Amino acid sequence: MPLPVKTDDKQAMTHHARWTSYWQAAPLAAVLLLFFVLPLLVTFIVSFWSYTGYSIEPGLIFDNYRDAFDRCIVALPDLCTTFRTYLSTLRFCLIVWLLTLVIGFTIAYYLTFEIRTMTVRLVLALVCTIPFWTSNVIRMISWVPLLGRNGLVNQLLVGAGIMDQPLDWLLYSNFSVLLAFVHLNTVFMIVPIANSMSRIDKALIEAARDAGATGWQILLYIIVPLSKTGIAIGSIFVITVVMGDFITIGIMGGQQIASAGKVIQTQIGALQFPIAAANAVVLLVVVLMIIATLIRFVDIRKEL
Amino acid sequence: MSEGRSRSFYVLSFLFGLYVLFLYGPTVTIVALSFQGPEGGMTFPMNGMSLHWFRNLGAGIGVPYVVDALLNSLKLGALVTVLTVVISLMAGLAFRRSFRGQSMLLYTAIASLILPSIIVSLGIALEFQIIDQNVKAVGDAYEVDAIQNSYQTAMGLMSSGLGAHLTWTLPFGVLIMFAIFNRFNSAYEEAARDLGASSWQTFAYVLVPIIAPSLLGVALFGFTLSWDEIARSSQAVGADNTLPLNLQGLTTTVTTPVIYALGTVTTGISFAVIIVTVSIVLLVQRRRSRHGSDAGKGLA
Repeated sequence: MPLPVKTDDKQAMTHHARWTSYWQAAPLAAVLLLFFVLPLLVTFIVSFWSYTGYSIEPGLIFDNYRDAFDRCIVALPDLCTTFRTYLSTLRFCLIVWLLTLVIGFTIAYYLTFEIRTMTVRLVLALVCTIPFWTSNVIRMISWVPLLGRNGLVNQLLVGAGIMDQPLDWLLYSNFSVLLAFVHLNTVFMIVPIANSMSRIDKALIEAARDAGATGWQILLYIIVPLSKTGIAIGSIFVITVVMGDFITIGIMGGQQIASAGKVIQTQIGALQFPIAAANAVVLLVVVLMIIATLIRFVDIRKEL
Repeated sequence: MSEGRSRSFYVLSFLFGLYVLFLYGPTVTIVALSFQGPEGGMTFPMNGMSLHWFRNLGAGIGVPYVVDALLNSLKLGALVTVLTVVISLMAGLAFRRSFRGQSMLLYTAIASLILPSIIVSLGIALEFQIIDQNVKAVGDAYEVDAIQNSYQTAMGLMSSGLGAHLTWTLPFGVLIMFAIFNRFNSAYEEAARDLGASSWQTFAYVLVPIIAPSLLGVALFGFTLSWDEIARSSQAVGADNTLPLNLQGLTTTVTTPVIYALGTVTTGISFAVIIVTVSIVLLVQRRRSRHGSDAGKGLA
């Protein structure tokens, strides 16, 4: 591991210091350049290429984009496959965003304002974040014995006489996809919102209470506005994760539900790389537009 | 706690309890089901108690290549952890001074964190496919035997796979380093320098010991994020599978509790890593509050 230059000479140090930051930042910059920036550029370029069964060929064609939006304009007002897929993905985004926001905000509020000792708060916060460090695939599979046709929930419903026969829509359905999304991603809301809330001066709340504000007024006019940055950061996380998802939708949807990410995965599987690249560029543009809207609410540097 | 609690406290405590049940309930379910007897099925009621499915898992019965995948994930995870700590620490130090391009670097790291993984994964796959096509073209053009006869692909667990994982772990590491250095009191370093320490000594005997617990936190993120990573690996690891990828394939084919046993083992390893790391951090902090800082003793 390369370390700061050894020198006892003050003058030499200032001379070296000018370059220190650059070589210290170099490994990070190199990794991001090689495995993030270049791949994005390559994807953009390849989206104009053509392909044969086993290789991709340089070119400047627009067929891939034409494929992606096959008869999307002429068919209007009927929605083409791409538009329908994006609409369905956006709907998932909206519902998951609302649910994670409400749950995440509530949990963050509880941790910040209702828990009085630092140790308890730390322990409860850990309880909320530990699952984030375990496998998402396992956490999805974990729903199978609960939600399956012969699963625990159906056993209980039928056993208690609430249902005559087991429900089919509990697993491998829109419902199970939503459930898994909320299960896996609420933590992305809790952490940034709790972070924003922890900076709220408790004296403000006391002052409001002394001035006669009700609990709801305090929540609505003090806590929500001052948690805005955390809410925005959490929203960016949740929305981008759901927008690009293909794993959760695949596993929890029984590989039957389409999403913007899943379309790309399928095309890669069929070795149609340039078409997949064109769809990736489209997805990237959509996600960037969403982020651009949300980022107005945050100064990320202030949050660290 | 002499002061009485408001009603909202009890309501919210109840909701929090429900959330924790929602969070852990399913995992507890599959852990329980993985200890079933040989006749056990995919759901309740439990059918006997045994280690049958763990033995099957170890022998690879019904779950081909799972041991290979587990070893692959451990190897990759270890390397990702070390690189994440080293590279994030260096970047964290760099960001303490201002340098040209630092905003761009930070925003690139954040972009790498939030842009959809399928795009990053596809991009890396395409990049390596182009590398492969070019290497083969060169091999054919100059009739290089080594390339023509044995070159398959540059893609692999430790090349494209490693890169894909780092694009996911490094942003977390860098953001944590930012938080660490924003709270770091540089008076300690000044004191060391005033006492004649070289910058290497200041770094090794003052700075690193002070931030060591946080570095462990970075390591925890590095390992667990890599250990569970699937979306970015999906198109970018080449022929060898990681454990999550293997597991994802198994979800559609395996219909016995052996997959729950695999889930129990994977989650167990995650938990072991988390508990060990968190305990060390807490232990170090407790020792510090008892003895004051141990900075300068060269122990972490």
